[in-house]
Amino acid sequence: MTSVPDASAALLQMRGVYKSYGERKILDRIDLDVQAREKVAIIGPSGSGKTTILRIAIGLVKPDAGTIRIDGAYLWHEETQAGLKPAGERHARKVRRAVGIVFQQFNLFPHMTAIENVREPLVHALGLSRAEGDARATDLLTQVGLKDHLTKHPAQLSGGQQQRVAIARSLALQPKIMLFDEVTSALDPELVGEVLRVVRDLAHASDMSMLIVTHEMAFAADIADRVLMFDQGQIVEEGPPAQVLKAPQNLRTRKFLRAVLER
Amino acid sequence: MTSPKSVWDFLPFFLGGIPVTLEITFLAMAVAMPTAVILALGRKSPHALVRWPAGFVIEFFRGSSALVQLFWAFYVLPLLGLSLPPLVCGVLVLGLNEGSYMSEVVRAGLDGVPKGQREAAVALGLPARYRLFRIILPQALPLMVPPFGNELITMLKFTALVSLVTIQDLSFRASLIGDTLGENGPIFGLTIVVYFILALILGALVRLLERAVARWAGRQVPGVAAPHGAMLAAAPPSRVPAWALGGGG
Amino acid sequence: MSGFHWDWAFAWSIVPQLAQGVVVTVIATATGSALAFALGLIWTFVRIAQIRLVTPAVWFFVQFIRGTPLLIQLYFLFYVLPTWGLSVSALATGVIGLGLFFSAYAAEIYRAGIEDLPAGQWEAALTLGLPVRRVWTGIILPQAIRAVLPMLGNIVVNMFKQTALLSTITVLELLASGMAIGQMTYRFVEPLTLVGAFYFAVSYLAARALRALETRDDIRA
Repeated sequence: MTSVPDASAALLQMRGVYKSYGERKILDRIDLDVQAREKVAIIGPSGSGKTTILRIAIGLVKPDAGTIRIDGAYLWHEETQAGLKPAGERHARKVRRAVGIVFQQFNLFPHMTAIENVREPLVHALGLSRAEGDARATDLLTQVGLKDHLTKHPAQLSGGQQQRVAIARSLALQPKIMLFDEVTSALDPELVGEVLRVVRDLAHASDMSMLIVTHEMAFAADIADRVLMFDQGQIVEEGPPAQVLKAPQNLRTRKFLRAVLER
Repeated sequence: MTSPKSVWDFLPFFLGGIPVTLEITFLAMAVAMPTAVILALGRKSPHALVRWPAGFVIEFFRGSSALVQLFWAFYVLPLLGLSLPPLVCGVLVLGLNEGSYMSEVVRAGLDGVPKGQREAAVALGLPARYRLFRIILPQALPLMVPPFGNELITMLKFTALVSLVTIQDLSFRASLIGDTLGENGPIFGLTIVVYFILALILGALVRLLERAVARWAGRQVPGVAAPHGAMLAAAPPSRVPAWALGGGG
Repeated sequence: MSGFHWDWAFAWSIVPQLAQGVVVTVIATATGSALAFALGLIWTFVRIAQIRLVTPAVWFFVQFIRGTPLLIQLYFLFYVLPTWGLSVSALATGVIGLGLFFSAYAAEIYRAGIEDLPAGQWEAALTLGLPVRRVWTGIILPQAIRAVLPMLGNIVVNMFKQTALLSTITVLELLASGMAIGQMTYRFVEPLTLVGAFYFAVSYLAARALRALETRDDIRA
């Protein structure tokens, strides 16, 4: 099953992505596109491959087969006159710049304050001066509502606040596409809302593409242009939220949604 | 007119120190292991009168320098009326010292046995001694063997100290040869190599023992899976990702 | 019991001489520890960098140091260093020997500290585009070292105890001072007992302090 509305202009273009761990097939020749400015949601049961596809999209994991193109450039290949040549980490690093990710476990640097966390990529990846970095970091943290928590360490912040710092930090590099890996699944229920609000604001206010893996169906329905249902390494259904989430056509989608919504 | 001697002339004498070193190593271990078990059980005892002395002994031997303890036993005890032969001094001090460190290993091993085992044994009305020797210890032993194996190597290195109280082990003979030749470098270099080889051999023997114990544990104690993975695995795969290695910094 | 009587006056009189030994012991412990920590970091760095030929050689060297008696290593250095043109004092030789020996343990401790860090730290660093050097110096090492500080503290305590071995290479530290008094006055009981008591007191207190530090860290984590 493919998901390829307008192949030529896609910001993120994954073709034939295959990944297995020993006997287990995690991803079974997935084709997936995300257009510029598009917000795509991915839903599905655990083990369906939805987290792996994100990790492959940002190059944390290398697929066994298939290609990934980000903003035109191949992540793991170099384009030469003779065709495509496999490329290594150094090449991937350059291509990876256009992608950002927010993790389920935040992955903040615990020995740094909030502002130092956000400043880190600004100074060491973008090469800004410390002063510029501080200014930009302050803006980003204000944007996510943490202006009064700049000098706090992660241990002093709630889960929701930590995740917002993580979002600000990933925004620092101004990626063209942002990946969200179940960013509220590790949060206590009362903290989920503040994070979703930030993501929603981002969705409405910025041109950034988004690929969001989530269990929050209402949220997905609200901000997604397109929803993909993953199951056992395949995309079993795709379409607008009104279809996939409200009137799913695939049996597996219907079973999954019923199980989720019954909670 | 005798020709000038070299290290090789003294080789037989030197190598004769190997059995002595090994003998002391194993004798001291023979003292250390029961010491470790007794102290560990003592520490876990519900009676404070048993717990505190056990704790004190452990802290005492761990907290001071083995060499100081050795010298004290060798020079001071005779003056207090207790004249121990050097071999006994050495084996006792090393054994008690190492045993105190090893009591921690025993404690960890005993703790490693699932609590349910003891509770089930109590529920079945099994007497305490039976419980300890037939249920708890057989499960604790496989967990203790690898660290005990490490301690064996540590003990081997420790035995070099007894050369300072006139025991004619490898180190003592090396010193003697060095003094006789007037040249110490080569002989001590050779000594280090010999200790290293001995350590490798002992290490290999310990690994064989680990494997044997794992199989015994799997056979004798139904329901306890022989902890193959934990004990026989090499160092777990490194978490450091490939991109951070090689040319780092 | 033989007719032995503890002579308090004598015990009191030898304290100054023992104190001089303590000074040497403390100096040896401090400089030895500093050397061990620094060298350990170098061994870890070499291991990470995976330099052809150098890394396996260093790894083998570290294994060798860990697998052989400290006493013999001290003897070896004491007799061999001068022949290599390094005519340093006995104390310096002892410090080098202690530093080398414990650097092997420090390296292992650093390695464990690094391995213990959650994989997410590496992933965040990679996806934020941080250069490899910065990942090590700014993210990984600060956390790893902070995490293993109690174990590094243990090295200091162990080194303190092992400085006693320096007495065998003519360094006049605490044990040597005690033995010297004994050999001169033929009274071993008071000096060696005082020496033993001092080692015990310091090690025990230090170990307790370290354990308190560990529990405090565990509570905060």
